[in-house]
Amino acid sequence: MTRSCPEPPPAGPELAAADVAIIGAGVVGTAIARTLARYALDIVLVDAAPDVGTGTSKANTAILHTGFDAAPGSLESRLLSRGSVLLRSYAAAAGIPVERTGALLVAWTPEQLAALPGIEAKARANGYQAIRPVRADELYSSEPALGPGAVGALEIPDESIICPWTTPLAFATEAVAAGVRLLLSAQVNGVCSADGGHELVTARGLVRARWVVNAAGLGSDAIDAMFGGGGFTITPRRGELIVFDKLARPLLRSVLLPVPTARTKGVLVAPTVYGNLLLGPTAQDVPDRADVATTEAGLRSLLAAGRRILPGLAAEEVTATYAGLRAATEHADYQVYADGGRRYACAGGIRSTGLSASLGIAEHVAGLLGEAGLPLPPRPGYPAAPPAMPYIGEAGPRPYQDAGLIAADPAYGEIVCHCERVSRGEIRDALASPVPPADPGGLARRTRAGNGRCQGFYCAAAVSRLLAGGPGPAAGVSAETPGAAEVRPR
Amino acid sequence: MSGDVAVVVVGAGPAGLSAARELRRLGVGSVLVADREAAAGGVPRHSAHTGYGLRDRHRVMTGPSYARALTGAARAAGAQVRPGTTVTGLAGGPDGSRLVTLTSAAGIETVRAAAVLLATGCRERPRAARLVPGDRPAGVMTTGELQQRVYLGGERLAGRALVIGAEHVSFSAALTLEHAGADVVALVTEHERQQSYAAFRLGAAIRWRIPVWTSCAVTRITGRGRLQGVEVTDGRTGAVRFVPCETAVFTGDWIPDHELARRAGLALDPGTRGPAVDTALATSVPGVFAAGNLVHAAETADIAALSGRHAARQIATFLTGGVLGRDRVPVLAEPPLRWISPNLIGSAAPPLGRFVLRSREFRRGARLEAWQDGRLLARSRPVRLIPERTAQLDAGWLDQVEQAGGPVRVVTGSRSGH
Ligand SMILES: Cc1cc2nc3c(=O)[nH]c(=O)nc-3n(C[C@H](O)[C@H](O)[C@H](O)COP(=O)(O)OP(=O)(O)OC[C@H]3O[C@@H](n4cnc5c(N)ncnc54)[C@H](O)[C@@H]3O)c2cc1C
Ligand SMILES: Cc1cc2nc3c(=O)[nH]c(=O)nc-3n(C[C@H](O)[C@H](O)[C@H](O)COP(=O)(O)OP(=O)(O)OC[C@H]3O[C@@H](n4cnc5c(N)ncnc54)[C@H](O)[C@@H]3O)c2cc1C
Repeated sequence: MTRSCPEPPPAGPELAAADVAIIGAGVVGTAIARTLARYALDIVLVDAAPDVGTGTSKANTAILHTGFDAAPGSLESRLLSRGSVLLRSYAAAAGIPVERTGALLVAWTPEQLAALPGIEAKARANGYQAIRPVRADELYSSEPALGPGAVGALEIPDESIICPWTTPLAFATEAVAAGVRLLLSAQVNGVCSADGGHELVTARGLVRARWVVNAAGLGSDAIDAMFGGGGFTITPRRGELIVFDKLARPLLRSVLLPVPTARTKGVLVAPTVYGNLLLGPTAQDVPDRADVATTEAGLRSLLAAGRRILPGLAAEEVTATYAGLRAATEHADYQVYADGGRRYACAGGIRSTGLSASLGIAEHVAGLLGEAGLPLPPRPGYPAAPPAMPYIGEAGPRPYQDAGLIAADPAYGEIVCHCERVSRGEIRDALASPVPPADPGGLARRTRAGNGRCQGFYCAAAVSRLLAGGPGPAAGVSAETPGAAEVRPR
Repeated sequence: MSGDVAVVVVGAGPAGLSAARELRRLGVGSVLVADREAAAGGVPRHSAHTGYGLRDRHRVMTGPSYARALTGAARAAGAQVRPGTTVTGLAGGPDGSRLVTLTSAAGIETVRAAAVLLATGCRERPRAARLVPGDRPAGVMTTGELQQRVYLGGERLAGRALVIGAEHVSFSAALTLEHAGADVVALVTEHERQQSYAAFRLGAAIRWRIPVWTSCAVTRITGRGRLQGVEVTDGRTGAVRFVPCETAVFTGDWIPDHELARRAGLALDPGTRGPAVDTALATSVPGVFAAGNLVHAAETADIAALSGRHAARQIATFLTGGVLGRDRVPVLAEPPLRWISPNLIGSAAPPLGRFVLRSREFRRGARLEAWQDGRLLARSRPVRLIPERTAQLDAGWLDQVEQAGGPVRVVTGSRSGH
């Protein structure tokens, strides 16, 4: 049953055949890896990028959804409800920042107000009962900075905000500790399948595995086609977002959701676990699966929406802008299935809720694989406790605030990134961690270094020296420019 | 609590270091200067070119030697200068004192101070804050980052570079880029003219023949991984062109580092975006003063230093029980003026006996006028206003301000008067 055997692969290190190869180390692939790692399986986790979590998983709205507004009866609804419960307790144990801010779904017009009872009924059909209507006066007393004109809302008290970076890192760290091999910078370009299993042709050589799980996000349709699937096509739907300065954080207590339309959940304003405010996302179909550029029109439309929802934002500084791509398909639901004949499972088309649903998807995929014939013998000593991740949120103490920690190790008192208050100790720890960063962005996802309002005015140079193994902040001064022109004050 | 000091100075740049030395000279007992960076000196420490110190030290020196001189002088006068120390909190303490939280490798400590001077400086708005769309590649930075990379880190930069801005700091960035081995393609400014001093501009232009593209804006950044180029839109014609480059430096567009001030509940001035200060550089919280580029982003280092000295004298008065006027009359800058500093009239004359201001527009031969309740208090000689460049208004008219009156409005009158 050879399918798409391309050119002979480039020479590379040959890996021993694995029981399972997972393609894609986003939040979904890493969740599947740590879930399957509870069984006595030899697993390899493959990603095209030099780090885990660099795809859509790093650039989203960072909300831990309850699934209150999913389509009742859909797989997404089921895995989202289950996944958000699992992730909530996993996060608490692993030190993934989560804050239960709650959300207010705000109606601004009579038509939107009329839509609220339907949304409430949908939430109840999804098994979420804590939703309740909120009158305009109560809405304004809990969110006094809200713009004028809101006519009513629904409160969803369990909607939470989460750190999207620590989540796949925690999963990957747990997986690696359980023996999962992480093969990065290894784009899968083709596959040769025979009765004994599959040979993945990757940028780093052949990867042999008896079973393959496709968690390739925006590439999941291409991988699915390689395995003889081809039941879906991804059209990336780009979402642009604006991060506002931490000094804007007091404007808001909970997540402010709009009344959703058929196409998107709409533009929301949310606090982040790092203490900023987030405005977005837009929704625009783009042809290019790597086009995460922001656009003038996108940013302008967000600012206009932001001004209506939270007028105080207009006076605040913008810290960052970014865009993420939703893996949207022609189907409304997730594309998740397993096929014992092909020894293949697919977890693709996870469009806009995959962070929240990740552990639910992973549990479901493990079940499907078992039913499809993958033997799942328990691994001795498992399930083990989740790993202890460095806490990079604002809700708990950060190292620079922990006198005991600094006394034990002064590096935690040496602040390198001033805006985000990241210490040299945290950067050192990240570089020495089991899943270390590959570049400044990777370091930022592990520590927040460089993510602050100055965007590197003060720390970028020191941070890149630390990444290169150097000493970090330079205390000295270097050779002076010879013969440079003078500034001559009047 | 780990001790009492008379004054904590936050920030060891030109303003903070000059204030510390002056406080000690005036006999103030204990002065502690904290700076979060690895060494004292502020921005000049990163700025290896010459052009520092003219008005405060009466000679022109390079940034690093200026930084060393100021640090040495503060220490010699008996101030304790502590680098590697971030001020992470500022709150009110007992008996009108201030509690300052210091975080460093030595631990977390809280000191009680009779007065605090904030001299935390300013930074350039990075690309994101300016909402320039496009990709997010490496190679896009501010002058601050560029200087630290090149002068403190010894990095080389190959290839073409574009500088966004055409004020002093932009030419300084161009010098730094050339020093690091890059080829500066051009300086790009949305203004109709560049805004730097002739000598500096000529230095850059003649040595390296760097063109200035006026009325142009960078409207998109392109490059996945590494910068490939930027899109430049001509504001006059609407023409868009792609300019290949490996480095893009966003210069100027200053914003005060006001985080500590805001978190401590100090009132901000909507124009400068720094803490609102009166002519004694006192903020809205008694015992807390502010100086340097935190209250006027950005002036040259010598002006920041002299503002620090001025604050020191006012703090010394405050510490000896001298009353600093509480009935302060606001000073408002009206368009095309963008801001004025100080922004309240208190009991003292402002630093150097004048206000500093900024204009949004170019104006030739404009007269600055100060009005209160329909009364003309002063009219300046004709001045030239240039965006992002300093302008001054002498404060000789302060004795005519009615303490109980309305705000003083500063406007640009026509050539012939009002
Ligand atoms: C704007 C926006 C906002 C969102 N907001 C939320 C939210 O608030 N809450 C929420 O729960 N979800 C949200 N989502 C959705 C969520 O981010 C995604 O569902 C989730 O990240 C998908 O994870 P993934 O692992 O499937 O994909 P990815 O994170 O994209 O991972 C796929 C990985 O596969 C790799 N890969 C692809 N092709 C290959 C190949 N051929 N060979 C090797 N590796 C390959 C990629 O390099 C990538 O690392 C949002 C999404 C967007 C775009
Ligand atoms: C590229 C460039 C070129 C320049 N060229 C010239 C020139 O040629 N001539 C000239 O006269 N001027 C020049 N300047 C301007 C000059 O650098 C500034 O005027 C001067 O540094 C302002 O002094 P300051 O003390 O107000 O602030 P800064 O020098 O900015 O010092 C503020 C200090 O406070 C510290 N700080 C901030 N927050 C905290 C905190 N919470 N805790 C502890 N420390 C804190 C900062 O780390 C910093 O060290 C240039 C500036 C730049 C960026």
